[in-house]
Amino acid sequence: MGEQALGAQALQFFIASVTAAGFGIAIAAFGCGIAQGIACRSAVEGIARNPESSGKVTVTMIIGLALMESLCIYALVVALILIYAHPQAGAIAALFGAGGH
Amino acid sequence: MEHPYLFFVKFFELIGLDHFAHSYPHVIYSWVVMIFLIVISAFASKGISMIPSKAQNVFEVIISGLEDFMISVTGEEGRWVFPVAATVFIYVFTCNIVGLIPGFFPPTANLNTTLSCALPMVIFTHIIGIKYHGVKYIKHFLGPVWWMIPIIFPIEVISHLARILSLTVRLFGNIMGHELVLAILFSLAGLFFAPLPIMALGIFVCFVQAFVFLLLSIMYFTGAMEHAH
Repeated sequence: MGEQALGAQALQFFIASVTAAGFGIAIAAFGCGIAQGIACRSAVEGIARNPESSGKVTVTMIIGLALMESLCIYALVVALILIYAHPQAGAIAALFGAGGH
Repeated sequence: MEHPYLFFVKFFELIGLDHFAHSYPHVIYSWVVMIFLIVISAFASKGISMIPSKAQNVFEVIISGLEDFMISVTGEEGRWVFPVAATVFIYVFTCNIVGLIPGFFPPTANLNTTLSCALPMVIFTHIIGIKYHGVKYIKHFLGPVWWMIPIIFPIEVISHLARILSLTVRLFGNIMGHELVLAILFSLAGLFFAPLPIMALGIFVCFVQAFVFLLLSIMYFTGAMEHAH
């Protein structure tokens, strides 16, 4: 009886974690997409005004994009931790192993 | 996620060290990358002459390009840190690229490898600061006015710790995410060559991540070398 209540609670926690992971990475990708779009817009406008600076502007834009991408990657790592590596992982795996196929 | 088929892990299984090989594939593949880089570098530098051979020419292009880029960021006084920066760039780039070969596992897809690359960079930043400024290096952490020290000092310390975290997690997340996408696409639609466009993007991602690691390390070195605000 105690074990089953614990299993149901662990399952609820897992459901909440996976839902949070899905929404978290979606919101992060949304913000990252807007920010990288603004960076690319400025880079393209700069190249259009002054085509000779194309090399430097491109390199600077790539560096800026990589740094913004890293913020989205942090959110991805948190989402992966929530799905695969959070502290209840042992209890939840046992729950699925015992009660499932 | 099922365990992928890795060549060198199978090789270690044949020797009999299969538990070690299955638990630590990133260590085995970092050895593979190290042996590959040492062998290629020894071969290219065997007969250095003024008229370069093909291998020497390739390495000269890579190293002179890196050095010119680094000098453009640090200035002439930063020429002595070039071996550290070039080594970390070539090592991280090769580690990322071997992930694109089928049957190989990129060592940087594991948090331990990226932490081992990021931690020496940040410690070296402090060594440069102490070497250039001595005890006055603490002025870098104290801000412009004396009465803001209780606020500025913890923020600066946390920002230095965040440098280690950001360098580590950025490289790990990019390469591990790339591997995950490849594995999922392969299990979904492998017969239709679905992972192939992701691999083409992967060459770009590997180079850009190694380049960003190099650029951030060089900028931290420059920040430690120059005078405080």
